[in-house]
Amino acid sequence: MNTRAVASLVGTALLISACGGTTKSDVARQQSSAPSAASSSTANPNAPIKQGLKIAFLPKQVNNPYFTIADRGGSDAGKEFGAEVKEVGPSDANASSQVSYINTLVQQKQDAIVISANDPNAVVPALKQAMDAGIKVVSYDSDSGQDGRHLFINQAGAEDLGRTEVQLLAQQIGSKGKIAILSATPNATNQNTWIDFMKDELKKYPDMELVKVAYGNDDDQKSFTETQGLLRSYPDLKGIISPTTVGIAAAARYLSSSSYKGKVKLTGLGTPNQLRKFVKDGTIDGFELWSPGDLGYLAGYAAAALASGQITGAEGEKFKAGRLGEYTVGAKGEVLLGKPTVFTKDNVDEFDF
Amino acid sequence: MLVRRWESLILVLLVGVCVWAALGVDGFANTSNVSFLLLDTTEIALMALTMTFVIVAAEIDLSVASTLGLSCAVLGWLWNAGLGIELIMPICLLVGALCGAINGLLVTRLGLPSLAVTIGTFALYRGLAYVILGDQAVADLPAAYTSLATRPLVPLGLVAVLGVGAAVLLHATGLGRAVFAIGANQEAAFFSGIRVKRIKFWLFVAGGAMAALASLVFTFRYASARADNGVGLELAVVAAVLLGGVSIFGGRGSLPGVLMAVVLLGVVRNALILADVANEVLNFVTGLLLVASVLAPNLGALWRRRFTSQQEVS
Repeated sequence: MNTRAVASLVGTALLISACGGTTKSDVARQQSSAPSAASSSTANPNAPIKQGLKIAFLPKQVNNPYFTIADRGGSDAGKEFGAEVKEVGPSDANASSQVSYINTLVQQKQDAIVISANDPNAVVPALKQAMDAGIKVVSYDSDSGQDGRHLFINQAGAEDLGRTEVQLLAQQIGSKGKIAILSATPNATNQNTWIDFMKDELKKYPDMELVKVAYGNDDDQKSFTETQGLLRSYPDLKGIISPTTVGIAAAARYLSSSSYKGKVKLTGLGTPNQLRKFVKDGTIDGFELWSPGDLGYLAGYAAAALASGQITGAEGEKFKAGRLGEYTVGAKGEVLLGKPTVFTKDNVDEFDF
Repeated sequence: MLVRRWESLILVLLVGVCVWAALGVDGFANTSNVSFLLLDTTEIALMALTMTFVIVAAEIDLSVASTLGLSCAVLGWLWNAGLGIELIMPICLLVGALCGAINGLLVTRLGLPSLAVTIGTFALYRGLAYVILGDQAVADLPAAYTSLATRPLVPLGLVAVLGVGAAVLLHATGLGRAVFAIGANQEAAFFSGIRVKRIKFWLFVAGGAMAALASLVFTFRYASARADNGVGLELAVVAAVLLGGVSIFGGRGSLPGVLMAVVLLGVVRNALILADVANEVLNFVTGLLLVASVLAPNLGALWRRRFTSQQEVS
């Protein structure tokens, strides 16, 4: 009897689909014909920044040193223009956990939300509702879907970052040998874009072979064990690129206490305070990063400029970001922070973040 | 008797928290927030329904969230392969039922403890999800369905209908009484003619299918099918069931209690986030509620045992 039930279920389903169900290509067709949303309001570049704006930073994860610094930059900016800035967010870098935070921020009637999206798609419906409620949305660090935000503050051109990291490692290992990448989560928008550019840059180095992309999920312990695993599977590994601050610190900790110290080169994105001792003890020759504090600072100013009506997020608009000077909104609502800095043992002491 | 008292306690707690939040937390008491809050508990509520049966029968299923993830991965994979969503949905339900059937077979036919089996399949199903979909996120799902899932009435209606059905099944039918009997004393149940293994098997199958149903709601609600969908939800589900007054040793519990506990956990979470309470504190409070829920019903028994043993000594 049960088999019959199952069979009839499958049969019905097949019948439905035969009569033309909704498939991927149907959706693609609908989307291409849908009109693109355009911002209707007009900008007033001379509008003063409103006092007492409520701006909420929603990082991928709270208690992540990188976001703590970025969000502190945001609250510094807030102090300069008299806004109330706070940081809220989940403690795990999981896709859907940000959505309930967005909903509560809408309830709290914030003036602006500054978000680093864990999953660019999952947050869009909630962000759209926030925008419908009159809240300005700025994404920073990791973009959300384009129709879910007004502006994206890009920390550095993805292409620059991906290519320079490969170049940095190539210098350190003499452009030769097996290398691996220790990334964040498999879906991290940033890391995946950078990795694509890394792979492209690697084509210029025929003697360097990328053997594996490992995922530490931006979790210290997982990143540590993934590094361990990499070296166990590839004992002749020459270098590791970790384009995530959590990953590179965990990898450095493992390498510095192992026999691979100094033999396996490690580079990627990290903060000077986190990696200072590893640069000094020879585990790391050099790594790079933009200033996360500046990123948060710029995102804070962008949010205030939007909420005050100075800009709407359209290409070509200009706004002032305190000590960082004037910025221009680029294509697709992107604002570029600037080029990354390379930190070595010669200059690492000049930075404190 | 104890069950009744526990349910009233949860109800009082729920009303108390709601009153506190409505008066003291800005932005709590309005329709859009309440519908967000309830919507956020949909998947947990669905899986808690079948989990209640499983735990009442003195078993446990820790693989439900992984089953959900696997079903999401299958959905994304088949969608990318160009199949119609109306065909994919029943396939997902079958995948879920199959996952449950594997659990059920291992537990009933091989006599393995469900805790060990489902810790194994917890890793197995999630791993398989990553094998199938890898690091992709499938997001171009049909708007007709995604908007359906974000409209509170539809998912909540689903929970309401299935909730009433499950409550009737558990509390007003012979099958329900058999599940309680199995949980209270498996051997006695067996000798009174209850088909213990068969019932347990189907409880696991139902649990798997329900996880797959929850995966459909999850995928459409977040418009994103990924292998890591719903990581950690199994703990929220078990927490709600235990807080709802279901005994971890089986044989005791009620569905209304469980559903109230689901809402209670959702309300506490929502109110604390609205009140800008840090996430660490949030997890701490949820943990505290769970420990209290396991401890409280047993406290009386512990106390009595201690008291009588002391009397025997003196």
